[in-house]
Amino acid sequence: MKQAATNSAALQGAGHDKSGSLSANIAKFRELGLLLFIVILSVGVQLRNPSFLTWENISDIATNTAILSILAVGMMLVIITRGIDLSIGATLALSGMVSALTVSQYPDLHPLLAVGVGVGVGLVCGVVIGFLVSWINILPIIATLGMMNVFRGLTFETSGGKWVSAHQMPESFKAIATGSVFGINNLILIAIAIYIVAYYFVSHTRTGRRVYAIGSNPESAEISGIRTGRILWLVYSIMGGLSGLAGVLWVSKFASAQGDTASGYELSVIAACVLGGVSIAGGVGKLSGVILGAVLLGILNNALPMINVSPFWQNFIQGSIILIAVLVNALVKRGIDRNNLMRRKI
Amino acid sequence: MKKFFGIFLTAVMLVAVLSACGGKNDGNSGGQASGSPAAGGDSGAKKKFAIIYKNTGNPYGEKEMEGYKNAIEELGYEAILKAPDQPTAEAQITMIDELISQKVNALAIVGNDPDALQPALEKAMNAGIKVLSLDSAVNAESRMLHINQADPERIGRTLVQGIVEMIGGSGEIAILSATSQATNQNLWIDWMKKELEDPKYADVKLVKVAYGDDLRDKSVSETEALLKSYPNLKGIISPTTVGVAAAGKVLTDKGLKGKVQLTGLGLPSEMAEYIQSGICQWMYLWNPLDVGYLSGYAADALVNGTITGAVGDKFTAGKLGEKEIIADGDGTQVMLGDPFKFDASNIAEWKDVY
Repeated sequence: MKQAATNSAALQGAGHDKSGSLSANIAKFRELGLLLFIVILSVGVQLRNPSFLTWENISDIATNTAILSILAVGMMLVIITRGIDLSIGATLALSGMVSALTVSQYPDLHPLLAVGVGVGVGLVCGVVIGFLVSWINILPIIATLGMMNVFRGLTFETSGGKWVSAHQMPESFKAIATGSVFGINNLILIAIAIYIVAYYFVSHTRTGRRVYAIGSNPESAEISGIRTGRILWLVYSIMGGLSGLAGVLWVSKFASAQGDTASGYELSVIAACVLGGVSIAGGVGKLSGVILGAVLLGILNNALPMINVSPFWQNFIQGSIILIAVLVNALVKRGIDRNNLMRRKI
Repeated sequence: MKKFFGIFLTAVMLVAVLSACGGKNDGNSGGQASGSPAAGGDSGAKKKFAIIYKNTGNPYGEKEMEGYKNAIEELGYEAILKAPDQPTAEAQITMIDELISQKVNALAIVGNDPDALQPALEKAMNAGIKVLSLDSAVNAESRMLHINQADPERIGRTLVQGIVEMIGGSGEIAILSATSQATNQNLWIDWMKKELEDPKYADVKLVKVAYGDDLRDKSVSETEALLKSYPNLKGIISPTTVGVAAAGKVLTDKGLKGKVQLTGLGLPSEMAEYIQSGICQWMYLWNPLDVGYLSGYAADALVNGTITGAVGDKFTAGKLGEKEIIADGDGTQVMLGDPFKFDASNIAEWKDVY
């Protein structure tokens, strides 16, 4: 009897501990502000247009945001190392164009090979940038600005200034982006797979942790034996590879490859990262935040056309919402940090 | 490291120098190739009509030059077709100088720059050459006449008539434009609205003008928003290449063929897929052959003195019938007229052209 009582007490204790840690975990979740903001925004839009929170629209938002969020994952790594990559829009266009030209020449090519071609082209672009940044020590912003123009020029050169249109692409290639498994669009599945791999990479591998180490303090990282150059090279190569993948997905989704595909898209990607709490000063950034940042931008792109305001106000509203989101996130984060300090046992 | 860097730099410079040489060679051969066959047949008294397009290797431009050549040959004269390798004003100026020394009778130009060609073209006009521009205009001082491919009124009215025919005379329609600031788009949309004022369109309701900014992703989002905000939407007019193709893609992916109709102005190559699948039954754009053809007849009328390029002058342009010159800002222009209709019967022939 007594034993049972202690058992139940122990169980209760355990249960209590668990719930305590859960609430503590919620309180520790730094992107809470952003999440709350997204919920409030969605409710607001829903009140104006009841077709916003329908299954079809949510699926559209997720599909349209997938490419942005894939790129944001790579950009997060780059920004954590105190770098920036302005060339991704051009890399995306180049790899998309090359894979589109390839499938228009060889319509029987397996779609996975077409994806491989795009990722390969993107990887080469990333390796070149990584080389410039890590070995020749050019500032990332300059190196990528230069290569952005190089890649954009190459895109026009490979295509001869022409577009690759829907009728030149085989069905199998277009099906990469339109196909679905269990009712979920392929683009969403690919994005989720990339989040999982990226989560494992940044939190559970040595190389992943070294990326953060370099970002928060490059000198001590170097002294403690981390080969900074290699890590930087790797980070830019990953970014290039992801841009290449995004290029294939983009061209497949819109069934058209142009020379000026996704020009200026890098700014949206950087915005998603900053919204998600990645610090431009380096060393700070979480995958969950970046995904939320991309989702917020995706919701904005979807919702603004639906609330029926003039196109001039759309830009204004978009800018204001982004600023408010950053503000709310910063305030909530400050509160959580103070809370955490108070909790700390001295 | 240093040594390696040196080698790398040398290699880069070498490639740059070699490619520059390559470009020059190409330039010469390209210019010669397009110029020499026509210029070679120097038959003395025969009148010579020249046309300079923006650059070589552009199927749209080749159709335009072909149309010009057809008109000139119909009239029994000699056509000189030229296009530089690169779409720059400098390259066109060199060609204009060549043509002045060849003493051509008329020169039609698709300008790479509205103002930069002015000195060269004025020199040509002073030498007695009749100068006109087509498609892409040069400024009013450097030409006698401009041939405008897009008649805003005809485009706006034709698009509305097209969509109304597709949706069977009644229902909600929407417009998907480029940017809210695009002058030509807004002019076309104004004409669409004027056409819709006609009482016979009493059952047709324009619910929204959306702006996709000529970006793929934004045009797709805007189309999706139109479909969700207006569940009874029956037709979309998109007078812009990127918009109409993006809308075609969305309607395809959502399986709305036959439920929501689509027309607009689009590139045949971009729209071939959706016209062949029936998503878009037909769409419009000007026909580059006709733009060139009209320019040929206008050039002849200028040379003959039938017209001087003044407002109110009239001339007969072969199979296109009579055309009148109207004002265009400081200068004058001739409108081509109705846009050309691309549908399932002719798209296969045009999809490789432009």
